[in-house]
Amino acid sequence: MLRFLLRRTLGASLILLLISAFTFFMFFAIPQDPAMLACGKNCTPDALAIIHKNLGLDDPVPVQYWNFLIGIFQGRDFAVGHCSAPCFGVSFRTDEMVWDTIVDRFPTTLSLTIGGLVVFLFVGLGTGLLAAAKRGTWLDKGFSSASLVLSSMQIYFLGPVCLGLFVYSTGWLDKPKYVPFTDDAAAWFMGLLIPWVVMSVIFTANYTRMSRSTMIEQLQEEHVRAARAKGMPKRYVFFRYAWRGSLIPIVTILGMDISALLGGGMVTELTFGLSGIGRLAIDSVNFKDLPLTMGVMLVSAAFIIVCNIIVDALYAVIDPRVRLS
Amino acid sequence: MTEKSTTPTAVAATVPEPRDAAESGTPLMSVRGLKKHFPIKGGFPIKRTVGAVKAVDGLDFDVFAGESLGLVGESGCGKSTTGRLLTRLHEPSAGTISYRGKDISKANRRQMAPIRSEIQMIFQDPYASLNPRQTVGKIISGPMEINDIDPPGGREARVRELLEIVGLNPEHYNRFPHEFSGGQRQRIGVARAVALQPKLIIADEPVSALDVSIQAQVVNLLQEVQREMGIAFVFIAHDLAVVRHFSQRVAVMYLGKIVEIADRDSLYTRPRHPYTHALLSAVPDADIDADKKERIRLEGDVPSPISPPSGCRFRTRCWKAQDKCATEEPPLVHIEGNRQGHLTACHFPEDPTVERDKEIVMDPALAALEEAHQAAAEGQETGKSQG
Amino acid sequence: MTTLTKTEGSPATTGSDSFLSVRDLFVHFTTEDGIVKAVDGLSFDLERGQTLGIVGESGSGKSVTNLSILGLHNKKSTSIDGEILLDGKELVNATESEMERLRGNKMAMIFQDSLTALSPYYTVGRQISEPFRKHTGASKKEARDRAIEMLTKVGIPHAKQRVDDYPHQFSGGMRQRAMIAMSLVCNPSLLIADEPTTALDVTVQAQILDLLKDLQQEFGSAIVMITHDLGVVANMADDILVMYAGRAVERGSVREVLKAPQHPYTWGLLGSMPRLSGDVDEPLLPIPGSPPSLLNPPTGCAFHPRCAFTDKVPGDACATERPVLPTGRAAACHLSAEQKQQVYIETIQPRLG
Repeated sequence: MLRFLLRRTLGASLILLLISAFTFFMFFAIPQDPAMLACGKNCTPDALAIIHKNLGLDDPVPVQYWNFLIGIFQGRDFAVGHCSAPCFGVSFRTDEMVWDTIVDRFPTTLSLTIGGLVVFLFVGLGTGLLAAAKRGTWLDKGFSSASLVLSSMQIYFLGPVCLGLFVYSTGWLDKPKYVPFTDDAAAWFMGLLIPWVVMSVIFTANYTRMSRSTMIEQLQEEHVRAARAKGMPKRYVFFRYAWRGSLIPIVTILGMDISALLGGGMVTELTFGLSGIGRLAIDSVNFKDLPLTMGVMLVSAAFIIVCNIIVDALYAVIDPRVRLS
Repeated sequence: MTEKSTTPTAVAATVPEPRDAAESGTPLMSVRGLKKHFPIKGGFPIKRTVGAVKAVDGLDFDVFAGESLGLVGESGCGKSTTGRLLTRLHEPSAGTISYRGKDISKANRRQMAPIRSEIQMIFQDPYASLNPRQTVGKIISGPMEINDIDPPGGREARVRELLEIVGLNPEHYNRFPHEFSGGQRQRIGVARAVALQPKLIIADEPVSALDVSIQAQVVNLLQEVQREMGIAFVFIAHDLAVVRHFSQRVAVMYLGKIVEIADRDSLYTRPRHPYTHALLSAVPDADIDADKKERIRLEGDVPSPISPPSGCRFRTRCWKAQDKCATEEPPLVHIEGNRQGHLTACHFPEDPTVERDKEIVMDPALAALEEAHQAAAEGQETGKSQG
Repeated sequence: MTTLTKTEGSPATTGSDSFLSVRDLFVHFTTEDGIVKAVDGLSFDLERGQTLGIVGESGSGKSVTNLSILGLHNKKSTSIDGEILLDGKELVNATESEMERLRGNKMAMIFQDSLTALSPYYTVGRQISEPFRKHTGASKKEARDRAIEMLTKVGIPHAKQRVDDYPHQFSGGMRQRAMIAMSLVCNPSLLIADEPTTALDVTVQAQILDLLKDLQQEFGSAIVMITHDLGVVANMADDILVMYAGRAVERGSVREVLKAPQHPYTWGLLGSMPRLSGDVDEPLLPIPGSPPSLLNPPTGCAFHPRCAFTDKVPGDACATERPVLPTGRAAACHLSAEQKQQVYIETIQPRLG
C-alpha cells in the first residue's frame, strides 16, 4: 500500500509538472501582452514598462517559469506584498494572491461536485440494481426509457427549468446559493440541492444503464450460481456475490468520469450563478490572467489526480486479486 | 449434413512413402537446446525483468519425414509453446531449429517465407482460429494467395477439392465459419493446413475442444491425411490415448523438458521414467476389467515454471527421489535394455512394465482416508470374528 | 414460474422409494428462437451411497437435469414438468425457502471449473464456512474450525493458514479440492458433480476422483456424476445413464453398459474413444454427423439421422416413432433384443478390442 501511494504520488507530481509547463508556455504563445490588462485604459509606455518589471515579464519565459515553480515551494515577493508558499503568484487583474482566491472559491466547486457525485451514484446504482433484479418487468423498461430520455438532457437547459419550477413558480426552494458547510449545514444542503440534482441527471442515467448491465452479467456468473447452490438466500447472493463484481467496471468508468464531473460542476456553477472555480477559470482565460489560469489549472488537475488515486485504491478494496498481486 | 466418410480421392500424385521414422536417415526437423523464457516485468520504481517463465527449457528432438511425433504432458509443461516455437509464432530464447538441415530459429521474415508453406499449424479452438468475416473458400485459399501459388485448374477448384478431401461439401465454398459445427470447422482448419501440401503440420490440441464422437471423426481425418499425403506431424495433446492412437513416436514433457521419448510401444508398455508411469496410471480407462494396471497417485500439482525444482524437475512429486535428484539434472539418455531411440531422463528409472503389485499413493489426504477405511474394515472383521 | 405439473397423484404416494427418484422430467426453456427441449422425459433412480454416471455430449441435457434438481434453473424462461423426489420430498413444486434449506445441506453441487465457481472476492475459508453457518447455525469460530477440518480432509496442506487465502492463490487442483470441501461441509446425502475433473490435468484428475470415492465411502453420499468421459464413469459409477438430445437412451450397471452396450449411440461413444490398450492400427469408429439442435430435435428416435442400423428396423419406425426406455436395464431403441446382441457381438465388439 505504501509503495502504491509512493509510486502514484511520484507519477502525479510528474503529471502536474508537465501540465504546468504546457499551460505556461502555451500562454506566451498567445500574441497579446498580459501587462496591457493590468495597465488599464490610460496606459503609457512608461507605466507599461514598470508593470512589466513588477510582474517579471521582462525575463525570458523559461526563467519566468522557473521563478513560478520556485514560488510554489518558497513563496515570492511582489510589488503588492509577500506571497507565502504555496504561492501561485498574484492576479494580473485584481492584484490578489491567486492561492487566496482559489481557497476562497474551491469549497463551492468541491461541495457541488462531491454532492453531485453522491447523488448520481446513489440514484444511478440503486435504480440499476433494481432494474437488474426486476429484469424484463415494466419497472426495468421504465427505468431504461427514463434513463435514455434523461441522458440527453443538458445542464444549461435543465437548470433554468428547475429554477422556474421549484423556485419562481412554486417557491418551494430558495434560489441556489453557497453557504459554507461549517457555517450552516442545513443551509448548505438546501442551497445546493437543485444544482446537485441538475448536474447529476446526465450521470445518473449512464450509471443506471451501466449498473443494470454489469449486474445482469454478474448474475450469470458461475460463482453466483454456486453460492445459490450452497443454499445462500437470493438477496444475500445478489448483494454479496453479484454486486461486488459489478462494481469493478463501474469504478473504472467513474475514474474516467472524474474530469467530466469537474466540467459538469463548472457548467452548473455558471448556470446557477454560483461563484466557484468554473467562473474563475473562464474569467482568467478571458482576461489573460496568467497566474490565475495556472492556479486554476493546477488545482483542478491535482483534484482529478487525487480522485483517480482514490479510484485505484477502491479497486484494491473491492478485488483481492488486485490487492494481492 | 456434409460429413461423409472421408476418402481422400484427390490427393497429390507425389506422395512420399511413409517410412519407419526412427530408422530413416536425416530428420526433417531437428531441434537442439530449444528454450523459451517469457520475461516477467516488475519492480519499483522502474519496471524491469525480475524473472522468467521457463516455458521451454532445453529440448532436443528430431521429426522425421512422414512420421507423427506426439508431444504429451500436463498444463504448463511447455508443449504448446514448443509448437509455437517450431512454427516461429514465438521467437526462441536459445537453441536451434533445423528444417531440412537449415537453421530457421533466427531466420527473418523473408528467409522464412518459402519455409512457411511447408510447415503449417492446426489450432485447438476451431472457433477462434478461423476469421469469421471470411468465407470458407477465402480461408482455405488464403495460404495459396499469400505464397502466390496458382494450382493447376485454379484456386477455387483446388479449394473445392480440399473441401472434398476433408469430408465437407464443396458447394459450401461461399459459406462463413459460423454456419458450421465445431467438428466441421476443425475440418476447415485441416483443409487450410494441407492446402499447400506441407511437409510438416504442427497440430496443437486439434481435437480437445470437440465432443467425443466428433473427436474421432477428426482424428481419423488427420490420420488419413497423414498417411495418404505423407505429411509429418507434431501432434500436441494432453490426452494420452489420442496421442497413442495417432503417433508413431511420443515425447513426454514435464516443466519445459522432455523426460522420456520413445517409439509408441516402448513408451506405453515399457516406460522407464516415473512420471510416464504416473501419467499412464492416471488415465481413467473405460475398460472396467483392466484392473491389473498400476495405481500411482502423485501429490499436488505441477510446480511453477518460474522457479522449477533444482536437478530433476519431477523430484518434488516423485516416490523414488533421492539426494542426487536434487543436485544433478538427469540427462536424456538411452538406458540399457531399452529399444533404440528410447531415451529417458532419470537417475533411478522404473522397471519397464506398467504392472506393479504395490500401489503408490503420494497424496497425503488420499493416504489418510484409505488408511482409515482399511482400519475400519479390519476392525469390523475382527469384531465379527470375535462376536 | 410456470410449472406444468400434473395434478393427479400426491407426490408422497407416487414414485419409487429410492433416495433420489426422477420421474418423467421435462425441462423446456423458451428462447428467442423457440422452445429448447433440454430434458425431454427423463426418469432415473439413485440409492444412498451409490454413484450414477450420466454420460452424454454437449447439449445432451445432462447439466440442465442437475440444475433443475437443485432448482437453480432460470424460473422465468423455464418450464418444468415431472417429479423429482429426494428422500420422499417433492422438489419440483417446493418453495424457494424449502429449496434453500436443502441446497448445500442435504444436496450439494461440485462445479466443473473451480476458478469461476468460487467467488474471487472472498477467502476460501469464508466460502466454505458460509453454508455451514447457515444450515447448522454454528458460530463464526465453529464454522472456521469446520472449514479448516474440511480443508485438511480434502488434502490442503497447512489448512490453518490457507483457510484465509483467496481462490486465486490456490493451484487448480487445490481449488477443486476446496470446492469439494465446500460442497461436503454440511455432510450432504446427495452430491451432484458436473464434470468435476474435466478442467484438470490427468494426474490431478486421478487424485480428485479417488478423493471423491474415498469421501463418498466416509460420508455415504449418493453421487450423480455428469461427464462425457467414459473412462471417468467406469472408474466412479455403479450405474450409468446415457443421454442423447435430452433423453435417456440407455440405462444399466457400469458393467452392463460398458461391456454389453445395447444402444447404437453407446456403441458409437465406445467406438469413438481411443484406448490405452486398443489396437492402434484400427481406425476409430466415429458417429457420423453432429449432435442435433434441441430447438428442433429429429422426429422419432432423436439418434436416427446418425444411426447406421435404421435399415434393420422394419418400416420407418426410427424416423416416426419415439422408442421408449423401459425400466431396469434397457435401451431406447427399435432394434429387437436379438438384433442388438447380434450387431454388438458381430460388428461392434471385435473393433473395440
